[in-house]
Amino acid sequence: MTTASIKIHLRDLGMTFDGKGNGTSIRVFERITLEAREGEFVCIVGPSGCGKTTLLNIIAGFVKATEGDVLIDGSPVHGPDRRRVFIFQECGIFPWLTVEQNIGFGIMDRSRREQKEHIDHYITMVGLTGFGNAYPSELSGGMRQRVEIARALVSNPDVLYMDEPFGALDYFTRLRMRAELISIWEREKKTILFVTHDVEEAVQLADRVVVMSRRPATIRTVIDVRLPRPRDLDSLHYIEVRNKIFEAMGLDHSGLGVHEKSPAPL
Amino acid sequence: MKKRLEVLLLPLLVVFLFVSVWHIAVKVSGSEIFPTPVEAIAGIAELFRYGVLFKYIVASLFRVSIGFLLALIIGIPAGLLIGWFSRAFYAFNPIIQVLRPISPIAWIPVAILWFGLSDLAPIFLIFLSSLFPILTATMAAVQNIQLVYLRAASNFGVRGLALFKKIILPATMPQIITGVRLALGVAWLVVVAAEMIAVNSGLGYLIIDARNAGKRYDLVVAGMILIGAIGLCLDLLIRRLQRLDEVRWGFQSMMQ
Repeated sequence: MTTASIKIHLRDLGMTFDGKGNGTSIRVFERITLEAREGEFVCIVGPSGCGKTTLLNIIAGFVKATEGDVLIDGSPVHGPDRRRVFIFQECGIFPWLTVEQNIGFGIMDRSRREQKEHIDHYITMVGLTGFGNAYPSELSGGMRQRVEIARALVSNPDVLYMDEPFGALDYFTRLRMRAELISIWEREKKTILFVTHDVEEAVQLADRVVVMSRRPATIRTVIDVRLPRPRDLDSLHYIEVRNKIFEAMGLDHSGLGVHEKSPAPL
Repeated sequence: MKKRLEVLLLPLLVVFLFVSVWHIAVKVSGSEIFPTPVEAIAGIAELFRYGVLFKYIVASLFRVSIGFLLALIIGIPAGLLIGWFSRAFYAFNPIIQVLRPISPIAWIPVAILWFGLSDLAPIFLIFLSSLFPILTATMAAVQNIQLVYLRAASNFGVRGLALFKKIILPATMPQIITGVRLALGVAWLVVVAAEMIAVNSGLGYLIIDARNAGKRYDLVVAGMILIGAIGLCLDLLIRRLQRLDEVRWGFQSMMQ
């Protein structure tokens, strides 16, 4: 692909959760080594409970790994940083602030005029014009998720971490949000790490899809998605990539992989 | 439309029934002492003519305001700190849990010993009785803050005092308001009890004085009606807080 520099480098990450006093500890994942290039869109898929969210929390600096380290632009991560913004599965916008106040949260140190310009720009970008003074409880799930994306973008971070951000949305909203995310990403060229359990979603979005195994999880395979955008969900290549991921994940389902023995084409 | 009519008429009907049963019961029993509803209302009018009605109401409200305000000023910041810093929690929680279940009424002799028969005694009792609901509600609220809000805040570099101001306080405000509402209810209960013993003004004093000085039960019941009505007004006032934009989110499920 391109010769962009390495943005995120995971070096032999491992994570064990201590059991709560009863001596049992949980080995979540081990030997996770991965590189993401600047501006790359990487999706991480895997069965539920495989530690995808924990992995993303570690990369973002919210949680400390028990082994290995996370390097960003070559230096180790010691905590969260406003240059890399996390978008939460449970929706992390503040219900006590209006849409405008939420979006401006990351740039409160700037001049009032600059804030207003940025807020207006991103409110328009995510299609929430006219909702600036609304409170999150007055918005639909899709709109709230857009507020969070706008809040993340407004402080102009290099990296976005997205943890199943569209998981709680209905089918059509989800499709539209994916399309909007891609157009934003193409414009703003952020590096994106996107966790999902939805294989379709991963193939629609990613440059590369990282497939994790069950706990204790390792990276089973990394699949390049060399498909032009916008992606044609009916193209043979798309289905081929999707099946490859299913296969990689299917190996986890005690050999009952659905696509393992698909009939040979006529 | 039909629903609104029901909401209005049904409670009125129940009140009417209650008052009727009260009236009939007094008449049937032939009690000379216990007032009928009409006599109780006449009692309120009499208090007004004597010029003690507003004086006593103001005296009670004054004591509640001061004690309650002190409890707010101390309880909310202390609750935020104890809820947030685990060391403070380990240190203070046990003593709070021991003091909390002691009825404010049990403190009356102590309050009289310390403050004498002055306004300070009931103010102290109201402070105590409203402090614990506010303190414990605030502590619990801080400990229940959703992790995503704290993570989002740390992601944007918010920490220290700004974290308290921008995240912890607003995130806990709905639960704090619930505690404050509870505390005001308790404070209003306690002021009446305290005034029966420690002072010679206020609605509690009115009740005990009316009984002692000539078995004026019409004035006793008049006092009770006033206490109920003012308590309701105080609660309605506090409930308005729940409708503020900044905290409405915390009460949404209750309102649906």
